[in-house]
Amino acid sequence: MQPTYAKRRHRRLEEWMGRTFAGICGWLIVLITVTMIVFLAAKGIQSFTDSGLSLSDMLLSAHWDPNGTPPKYGALIFIVGSMLVSLGALLVSAPLALALAIFMNFIAPKWLVSLLKPVLELLVGIPSVVYGWLGVTLLVPLVREWFGGSGFSLLAGIIVLGMMILPTITSIAADALANVPKAYMEASYGLGSTRWQAISRVIVPAAKTGIATGVVLGLARAFGEALAVQMVIGNTMRLPSGLDSPTATLTSILTMDMANTINGTPWNNALWTLAFLLLLISFFFIAVIRLVGQRKER
Amino acid sequence: MTARMIDKVWTGIFYAVAAAVIGLLVFFFAVVLSKGAGFWQPEFLFGRPSNTQAGGGIGPQLINSFYLLGVALFLSVPLSLGAGVYLAEYAKQGRIVGMIRLCLEAMASLPSIVVGLFGLLAFVTLTGWGYTLLGGALAVTIINLPGLTRICETAILDVPASIREGSLALGATRWQTLVKAVLPAAIPQMVTGVILAAGRIFGEAAVFIYTAGLTTPMLRWDADWSSSAHPLNVFRPAETLTVHIWKLNSEGIVPDAKLIAAKSAAVLMVAVLLFNLAARLTSSLLARHFSGSRRARRGPMKRNKAA
Repeated sequence: MQPTYAKRRHRRLEEWMGRTFAGICGWLIVLITVTMIVFLAAKGIQSFTDSGLSLSDMLLSAHWDPNGTPPKYGALIFIVGSMLVSLGALLVSAPLALALAIFMNFIAPKWLVSLLKPVLELLVGIPSVVYGWLGVTLLVPLVREWFGGSGFSLLAGIIVLGMMILPTITSIAADALANVPKAYMEASYGLGSTRWQAISRVIVPAAKTGIATGVVLGLARAFGEALAVQMVIGNTMRLPSGLDSPTATLTSILTMDMANTINGTPWNNALWTLAFLLLLISFFFIAVIRLVGQRKER
Repeated sequence: MTARMIDKVWTGIFYAVAAAVIGLLVFFFAVVLSKGAGFWQPEFLFGRPSNTQAGGGIGPQLINSFYLLGVALFLSVPLSLGAGVYLAEYAKQGRIVGMIRLCLEAMASLPSIVVGLFGLLAFVTLTGWGYTLLGGALAVTIINLPGLTRICETAILDVPASIREGSLALGATRWQTLVKAVLPAAIPQMVTGVILAAGRIFGEAAVFIYTAGLTTPMLRWDADWSSSAHPLNVFRPAETLTVHIWKLNSEGIVPDAKLIAAKSAAVLMVAVLLFNLAARLTSSLLARHFSGSRRARRGPMKRNKAA
């Protein structure tokens, strides 16, 4: 039986509305992304257009003293602080994550894998303030005991961030390892290798682009994490002199000072420039991941 | 050392790492729950906070966290479902999809503090609302859009082609097929993803500091709807539980700030546990419900392994 004309028209309208709604949602994503970039860029360049700060001073000087006369806005402390703390976290976390990914794919018995998966999911789920709180309550006193000083330190930040990015790197590395064809493993067993030889010389090299993606994503996450780091790093405006010394990061200074400054002042503008810098850095990480991925395709 | 011995040593190292990670999680839970013991008391969970005396509760913060979560899901689920449908069903492969994907990736990579600062520009200053719950919800929606869109898209793409073809063969339009055949089959996977996303929204903090604010007005249920004292008014500042912990840690002046922070952390940990359990339970329950058999439970899991 043919549907009536009215019914057909209704169906066509429905089809059109559904398609339009879906299209709007899709395009909204592009719109939001572009708006964010434009807003943050417009605010971020005011340091140079309105407040007359110089880009090279900001990026290359480590003298941050907005209340001084004349005020100084050298943001090198924060850039170096962010880099040290996230690279440190990576050094702690990446080997553990890789070991865990290998373990889950090739060594662990089934029951242990099905225990480890929810464990990792829970570790991802723990909110960053709880990690920060754990850092303040457990780690900071420990660092104080070992190294003296306040305990709020680069080291505490590195360990807290290392914990936080562990599940991220693990799950991506595990996926990469799982994608290595079974035949590779079997072939190296067939040649008489031990499990460790097969893993270290065949499997891991075969999965290296996937593992690299996981590592870069972990680094990006560490770089952008704000509260947990801010809670344990001490937030002093100077370059760290060692692992046990406090410092500040891009995210921690933004978390603390944005609300204390008045809109439009050079201090405030300088902070917005730092926010824009964070945005650019996270886009840089995306570009790196894309490049790594493209190399794999070739 | 022979190759065999080296192999044994490394196997031992791998076991040790795995045991350490499991131990760490157990240790975290033990520390948080023991330091925050007593968090289950109703006078803490639902009580008013105190600025000067010990013994205050986290009632308003808990309301804010849940209400904000609700508003954020209300905004982000339809949007990401629409975007997921667009990417999976309608968009032509090529430049447009490539651009949307690039934007999703860029969005997902942004640190939550940066999105929070964008929220400060767009939803606090530009709109003139000031710090509001709605602003916080909008900002956290931006954070969650990429993840949720991906979840919806994969769930739709994972629906077997036979379901779609069967529906189309019976004369259904594309939209009818989508709504009545494809989406119901995709729902179990989506619900799991949405619950996990809800857990993340609940635990999010950095994005709220400059959007939902650091304060909560004295909430009264008998207040006027338009007044900022009404708990359900979305145009009021709303300090969430996560932000509360952060604030207590950095500028808490209450004598028992440490204890309140510990108890709040315990509440958050329990919430995380519940969200994860709920995601697991619903995925298996819904899969059984929609497929009518227990075997279907294995379907999506198998796929996960392959991917």
